[in-house]
Amino acid sequence: MFSNRDLFGALFLSVVAGFLIFSIFTIHPFGFPNTPEMDDYIINNCQEETGANNGVTSVVFDYRGMDTLGEATVLFTAVAAVVMLLRRVKKND
Amino acid sequence: MMAYNLPYLAVVALVIIGLYALLFRRNLIKMVIGITLIESGVNLFLITLGFRKDSVAPIYTGAPSSKSVMSLPVPQALTLTSIVIGVAVLALMLTLVIHLYRHYGTLDSGKIGGEK
Amino acid sequence: MTEMSKIVKTITNIAFPFVLIYGLYVISHGHLTPGGGFQGGAVVASGLAMILVAYGSNWAIKKVKEKDLSIFESLGAIGFISLAILGLIFGSVFFKNFLTGKEILFGKIPEFGSTIANINTAGVIPWMNFAVGLKVIAGLFAIVLVMAYGTRHLKGGA
Repeated sequence: MFSNRDLFGALFLSVVAGFLIFSIFTIHPFGFPNTPEMDDYIINNCQEETGANNGVTSVVFDYRGMDTLGEATVLFTAVAAVVMLLRRVKKND
Repeated sequence: MMAYNLPYLAVVALVIIGLYALLFRRNLIKMVIGITLIESGVNLFLITLGFRKDSVAPIYTGAPSSKSVMSLPVPQALTLTSIVIGVAVLALMLTLVIHLYRHYGTLDSGKIGGEK
Repeated sequence: MTEMSKIVKTITNIAFPFVLIYGLYVISHGHLTPGGGFQGGAVVASGLAMILVAYGSNWAIKKVKEKDLSIFESLGAIGFISLAILGLIFGSVFFKNFLTGKEILFGKIPEFGSTIANINTAGVIPWMNFAVGLKVIAGLFAIVLVMAYGTRHLKGGA
């Protein structure tokens, strides 16, 4: 009584759910990250190298500025595509 | 040991519910909501990787003392980028749904397409 | 979409300046407190969307066209990329923070540890916050406006 598509969907969903629940038991415990050396350097030296009091802003705009450039490009492209797709065409009749 | 991994349980629940809504529903808006739920689950996972026990935010203005333990700032910066990209993808998906509704007149994904 | 009742319009008139001031505060203090360009831009765009919902799209189509908003967004993008190229000219690397330690605006360096917030710090980061904030405000409001115009005369809709 179930179609073929529903059976394949249930099989795929149970495989993915099983894999995700298995990974809860083998990931590192919550609150003890594995390698914090890069972030310790950023926390200790972000005030004299960039002059900002905020660690997250100095990472977003100074230590990793190229990622912000890529994100600004994605936002610009999405807005241009949406405005172009929903423009008003004048009917000639 | 098991009770300390509670945020990972929330991430797995969000991803499974979003995947169920994407596979088993036929309304187009419900499929878009399922994709957004998967995106929220992945953002939550990216943030919980950067927490240290008994830490404060990595900001020096009004910090409790000069030697307090701070959480990692790099996963928070990557999550910011991911949220903005999720907003851009959601805007494009909804534009395509508007065009499909104008052309076919229905929001049921079983009745669109199939023209020769 | 049609406009809303008189009570909604009055409350929107009262609440909009507070939302605007709070959003500009979050954008401009991005290097001292949590916030920055993207977060503050989302707050101001939500306030503008509140105005659009309360007054209806028939009123808004006489006031704002979408090609006025594209000028603001292009200004924000050009400002952001030109600050990065200026870092290449005055420093030696792309995206270099070339204003820390100088005596022009935003040049001081705070000492280590928990300090009181001083807005005169952090080099080229506040300029970048303003450019990205302008871009996000114009971009998100243009998306909401174009979708409100495009669904006015759908088949079977309002």
